[in-house]
Amino acid sequence: MSAVDGAPVPMTAKRRGAQLAMLAFAVLIVMGAYASVGLGLKDEIPSGMLTYGLGLGALMLAAYLVLAKFAPWADPLLLPLVTLVNGIGIVMIYRLEQAPMPGANATTQLMWTALGVVMFSATLIVLKDQRALQRLTYTAGFAGVILLAIPAVLPSSLSEVQGAKIWIRLGEFSIQPGEFAKLALVVFFAGYLVAKRDVLALAGRRLLFIDLPRARDLGPVLITWGFAIATLILEKDLGTSLLLFGTFIAMLYIATQRTSWVLIGILLFAGGAVLAGMAFSHVEARFDAWLHADSPELYETAGFQLMQGLFAMGSGGILGTGLGQGHPNLIPLAFSDFIFPATGEELGLTGLMALLLVYALIVQRGLRTAIAARDPFSKLLAGGLSFILAWQVFIIVGGVTRLIPLTGLVTPFMSAGGSALLANWMLIAVLVRMSDAARRPPPQAIQDEGLTQVMQR
Amino acid sequence: MSELTLLLIRLAFLAALWFFVIAAVGVIRTDLFGPRTAPAPARKPAKVVKPPSRAKKGDPRQLIVTGGPLQGTIINLTETPITIGRANDATLVLSDDYASSRHARLFPQDGQWIVEDLGSTNGTFLERSKVTRPTPVPLGVPIRIGKTVIELRK
Repeated sequence: MSAVDGAPVPMTAKRRGAQLAMLAFAVLIVMGAYASVGLGLKDEIPSGMLTYGLGLGALMLAAYLVLAKFAPWADPLLLPLVTLVNGIGIVMIYRLEQAPMPGANATTQLMWTALGVVMFSATLIVLKDQRALQRLTYTAGFAGVILLAIPAVLPSSLSEVQGAKIWIRLGEFSIQPGEFAKLALVVFFAGYLVAKRDVLALAGRRLLFIDLPRARDLGPVLITWGFAIATLILEKDLGTSLLLFGTFIAMLYIATQRTSWVLIGILLFAGGAVLAGMAFSHVEARFDAWLHADSPELYETAGFQLMQGLFAMGSGGILGTGLGQGHPNLIPLAFSDFIFPATGEELGLTGLMALLLVYALIVQRGLRTAIAARDPFSKLLAGGLSFILAWQVFIIVGGVTRLIPLTGLVTPFMSAGGSALLANWMLIAVLVRMSDAARRPPPQAIQDEGLTQVMQR
Repeated sequence: MSELTLLLIRLAFLAALWFFVIAAVGVIRTDLFGPRTAPAPARKPAKVVKPPSRAKKGDPRQLIVTGGPLQGTIINLTETPITIGRANDATLVLSDDYASSRHARLFPQDGQWIVEDLGSTNGTFLERSKVTRPTPVPLGVPIRIGKTVIELRK
């Protein structure tokens, strides 16, 4: 055997320089957006630009340093991409705060971003190997169900905000446990499917052109389905219900490669949603507001927000009105659920497409990690986490553009809201951890030992 | 501030946003179009004096899983042997009831990769024949371990 020297064999590079450059670029774009808002609104560069810009820059530099120390082989793009959407979100909230719009508060959002970076770092430092999560499969499942169920059993005074019963309110402070539940449930789905994938993939018989599973294997799907429908009815939350069930079906598909699961899932959910729509008035109202938002009787009430969002995107057109020059404050709740149309008015279709591409790239990096992962649990977890992010963007963007019924989901990293920001930063930390493990080259032999090799870990 | 300046700022911002997206795609182009190391030595052959044992044109560079639960996984080949099995410290960790914890090993020797069965219960197969002693692996020939199929590619 030849001596082992620094072999220039094809190997994944760390790309730290590229990562730092992209990070700086993202922070610069955010500062540019900030300046542009000030120029558009008041003809001057806002005094806080340096504070906000340098604040964001310092936060991301800290995140970068933690990443470089604890996950040196991690994907170079995840952090800069997330920084950009998070920063644009803060700028839009600042812009709405200046409009002025009650409820929008950019300083709070920046503080939540700081906490998000802290959670990101903590997750990276504590979680040395993502396979440790596999041991927590059922614990995570239990935690997820509990978190999701708490608001449903709490009295409405403690858990209901604007018709959605998904909060825990403690005085001034309120959190949305469902955001953390979705992380725990993806871990549970991944662990469960790794253990059960063979029986789900192989048993069954063939009918026409699809492989039907056995009746008894439908159990877990039916339980998750019942759970999703219960969320829909008890918490009045179509978004989370669709998000979790869709993710489960996608992960089932990734694990088994059987199209029949996807068909069964879609049929079950569509059937359940239609039944719930007929039986419960609040679900029916949601569907009405979607189908007839522009009808005279709904325009002033349930469809108002949706229509204002559509008008905003329409007046933005291809190139947008320019930051600080539109009227996104006319949309109710433009800083949370409707931040996407608000951004669309000021940046136009061109800007929205760029933002959607940034989301697509984040998801692509996640799926790429899933492909490169070396054990089935990491594959499923990375696939599931990337899918849940993509699915969430689809549900909310589809909702505000009136493609599907509007649901109260947040736009990941952009909308105002602490729980979502923290949970999504943790999600990115887990993805970074897994991409580090997937891209790390196998351990190198330390000396020339002939045919006998010492395996080192 | 005049209309024109605002218009220019607006367009410049959108351009910067798109430039960011394009730069991001540029960073990952190696993912999309393969590593650049392949054409680089061809362009300046005189510069690098390579040891004879390594990186000739026909040498395999990647191990690709073409069948089984891990399908699509790619491991770049270095000088290090690759272990395959259910053990957590294997290079390629299988979760397969038909694989042993230390099932097989692939290692480079004199410019070719050799597969060796490590006393597995269900055996390792190179194409159709069972591997009974260390056997050289040609490019693109499937190695079957339980439900997993791997092969070497350039």
